[in-house]
Amino acid sequence: MSILINGLAVALPDDPRVSLLDLLRQGLHLSGTKKGCNQGACGACTVLVDGERIVSCLALAVQYDGRQVTTIEGLADGDALHPLQQAFIDHDGFQCGYCTPGQICSAIGMAAEAKRGVPSHVSADLTADVTLTREELQERMSGNLCRCGAHNGIIDAIRETLKSEIDTAEMAA
Amino acid sequence: MTPFTYARAEDAADALRLGQASAAAYLGGGTNLVDLIRETVAKPSALIDVTGLSSEIEETEGGGLMIGAAVRNTALAEHLAVRTRYPVLSRAILAGASAQIRNMATVGGNLLQRTRCTYFYDTDGSRCNKRAPGSGCDAIEGFTRGHAILGASSACVATHPSDMCVALAALDAIVHLHGRGGARTLPFTELHRLPGDHPEFDTVLEPGELVTAIELPPMNFAANSTYRKVRDRASYAFALVSIAAALEIEGGVVKDVRIALGGVAHKPWRASKAEAVLRGGPATEQAFRAAAVAEMADAQPLRDNGFKIELTKRTLVAVLGDLSGAAA
Repeated sequence: MSILINGLAVALPDDPRVSLLDLLRQGLHLSGTKKGCNQGACGACTVLVDGERIVSCLALAVQYDGRQVTTIEGLADGDALHPLQQAFIDHDGFQCGYCTPGQICSAIGMAAEAKRGVPSHVSADLTADVTLTREELQERMSGNLCRCGAHNGIIDAIRETLKSEIDTAEMAA
Repeated sequence: MTPFTYARAEDAADALRLGQASAAAYLGGGTNLVDLIRETVAKPSALIDVTGLSSEIEETEGGGLMIGAAVRNTALAEHLAVRTRYPVLSRAILAGASAQIRNMATVGGNLLQRTRCTYFYDTDGSRCNKRAPGSGCDAIEGFTRGHAILGASSACVATHPSDMCVALAALDAIVHLHGRGGARTLPFTELHRLPGDHPEFDTVLEPGELVTAIELPPMNFAANSTYRKVRDRASYAFALVSIAAALEIEGGVVKDVRIALGGVAHKPWRASKAEAVLRGGPATEQAFRAAAVAEMADAQPLRDNGFKIELTKRTLVAVLGDLSGAAA
């Protein structure tokens, strides 16, 4: 009965009321994942579970037995930042930084969704290959709020980071 | 949060057995129930995790689809058969919540989510007949921009929040249930209730009864279907009004049509009156308008939501116009 968090096996909490977010922050002192609204509205607590983005505040930790969780702390390779982390710095993708870990985890999950062809609310054709236009990115990232107003920088950072990946995917298709 | 026990159900029978505990609740992705527990609107003593039950989407012998109750919202929206044969369902799901929440939320849980009426959530400050039966309703005389215009009662004016359910109402979906008396099926449009004197009951489910699957019957013309949602911001907001519609036109005449409305009632609102006006008649904007007027004839505005009546009519005319263009 354990969860793999950034590759490390962690025992499930005894109390089923403990959210995945509180397990991360209070149980493991992984404070990179942020508690914003604690009701699924802001996306600051976004983490990846088996590669899929979820909001950890609405996730009861006991439901995630045997799953692999990746948080912002699990993205860098030693001192080498994840390309998306570097791009957020390069494009001023934050001011206060509170939403940033959730934005970055969300963008990684979003890229995987787009790669396997998941359409969005603004996709004109539900069956076409996904092209991550600015409008598509804004819609797909709408579950992550930034109250500093850094959204333009955030979208720029994501576009730059995913550009080669998207182009490669399109060429391979 | 009040304490509760947690158990994971192996199958439907196991879930029913575990669900017999008093004040037990079935748990899907938790995106609504965990919040309700945290806000002390819901106080279950036991959570039965049913996410291990069927998460398959399978073709039925009749040419439809059988969707397991544990299928995640994203998985349903991206399924190729849904995207091509029932696009209204993909579009409705993609119009709801955020990607993170759609990745967590299950189909069964989406059906059974509670209203987002703020008075329902306000445990300290507001009376609510849905939360505390017989206590009164502070919404009716309150801020009612988001509330119902069709089928409401003097006890409750809440709306059903789901987008997905509006599409299911339009698609003649069938709900598969498993209860203490065995298995049964129900037309989707009969699952949710109007509030009447008992708004505490959102659905006709028996105590402990479990949603096991949703069946989509074959509907060839549903390939020409769509969902339009009108809301206060462009993304990640609940509907003011929404329209799910499928349209079949032959020689300029409406051969068949399905319409359901969201954001206007205590349940996903099948627009049978509008459908009756349209069926067999000309596919013209004038006819679309007449259908919309007929459906909204019984609408009752509250202080702040009268705009929804005309908004629903115009949105319906626009959606049918789009679909008739696509079908021509």
